[in-house]
Amino acid sequence: MLGNGIRQNITGYLVVLSGLFMLADLYLIFVVAPTDAVLGHVQRVFYFHVPIAIMSFLAFFLVFLASIAYVVRRDGKWDRLAHSCAEVGVVFVTLALLTGIIWGRPLWNTWWTWEPRLTTTLILWLIYVSYLMIRSYASNQQQAARYSAVVGIVGFVDVPIVYYSVVWWRSIHPSPVVGPFAQANALEPIMLWILLFSMVTFLLLFAYLVAERTALRNSEDRLRGMRLVLRRTGR
Amino acid sequence: MMQILRPVLILVGKDILLEWRSRDLVVSVLVFSLLIVVVFNFALNVTPQRVTVLAPGIIWVTFAFAATLAMNRSFVREMEQGGLAGLLLSPVSRDAIFLGKALGSFLFMLLVEAALLPVFGALLNFSVLSFTLVLTIAMATLGFALVGTLFSAIAVQTRSREIMLPVLFFPVILPVIIAAVEASSASIGSEPGVGLNRWLPLLAIFDALFLVICPWVFAVVVEE
Repeated sequence: MLGNGIRQNITGYLVVLSGLFMLADLYLIFVVAPTDAVLGHVQRVFYFHVPIAIMSFLAFFLVFLASIAYVVRRDGKWDRLAHSCAEVGVVFVTLALLTGIIWGRPLWNTWWTWEPRLTTTLILWLIYVSYLMIRSYASNQQQAARYSAVVGIVGFVDVPIVYYSVVWWRSIHPSPVVGPFAQANALEPIMLWILLFSMVTFLLLFAYLVAERTALRNSEDRLRGMRLVLRRTGR
Repeated sequence: MMQILRPVLILVGKDILLEWRSRDLVVSVLVFSLLIVVVFNFALNVTPQRVTVLAPGIIWVTFAFAATLAMNRSFVREMEQGGLAGLLLSPVSRDAIFLGKALGSFLFMLLVEAALLPVFGALLNFSVLSFTLVLTIAMATLGFALVGTLFSAIAVQTRSREIMLPVLFFPVILPVIIAAVEASSASIGSEPGVGLNRWLPLLAIFDALFLVICPWVFAVVVEE
């Protein structure tokens, strides 16, 4: 792994970079982006919603890979990465659900519909909340690492099956989805560019948060190690 | 092949014998399931006109709740007298232990479901003698048993073990419940049978996938 100094540098660059990008992104979204002809200003939530949702899927994919790496290699660094990605991922997927609900109201005329993507996102949220729960209910760190790795693997493998089962379920039970859904898909080129910029911005934010969380987790582990030594030496 | 099959069968035999001598789990699961059916009847007002629409949902919610109850007990029993430690110390592969526990839970759930199904048929007034319905129940229960056994082994080691199993179990098992409800609807007759060509393969894929993954990760769960 990288030395502590280099890692702190990377975190420092990431916070400055993602801050600058975020300011530019906000300017692009609220000033430059054209107002949607049909939906009006509420359509701007789309520039937050889509990147946040994609980053949460990325986070859970990383949890999956890091969990497999932990199971195979038994190196604590993979567990720290998986744990950090899962926590940031749960924050992102919560935001994705909330922004999705805000966007869905004018678009579909309903706060919630059991549409495959929405349902799968909700199930993702539930799986990774249970991932974090199992970590906090485990009796020690080593157990938490092993159990959560299992949930990280099994949960991620399950996601495509959930998605397809809901797709098929929907083909039998269609619910009325009204609203100009097709129009929202046909993006103007400028909208597409802003979306891509927003994607990069949230990727930077995600990388920064994971780096910061991993550093925090490292400190927690070191502190726990020191406490253990102190207790053994009887001080 | 025999090397893995023998310990699996011994483990299943042990669980069956244990249950046969006490009969506490089968009784409590059956009574609990009947209570759910009674609650559903009043919560949903199951009239003869709506029964074919509602019956599959009632059946599968009941089976899923019964499964969590049974799976929870499956490893609690092993923990009580340090049985799991004994199992892990015996010269048997982890795969065999997992498959033995899962097969035991599978057979136990099948027994409970076989007892409940005629009751459902009588109370909800539909024909239970359908090959596809029985096949659906067997495949979905296998999925329950595989995922439930894995998560039960995790939940039993944690604090607040009663709540951890359903919290882990239900999100992962959701496709099985969807597929089972839809396939049962087709069998019971509220919907045309074409859905079966889709839902039974989905159940088969789920079972096959978790039959491979669960024993592998179970070894990670039980190592100390």
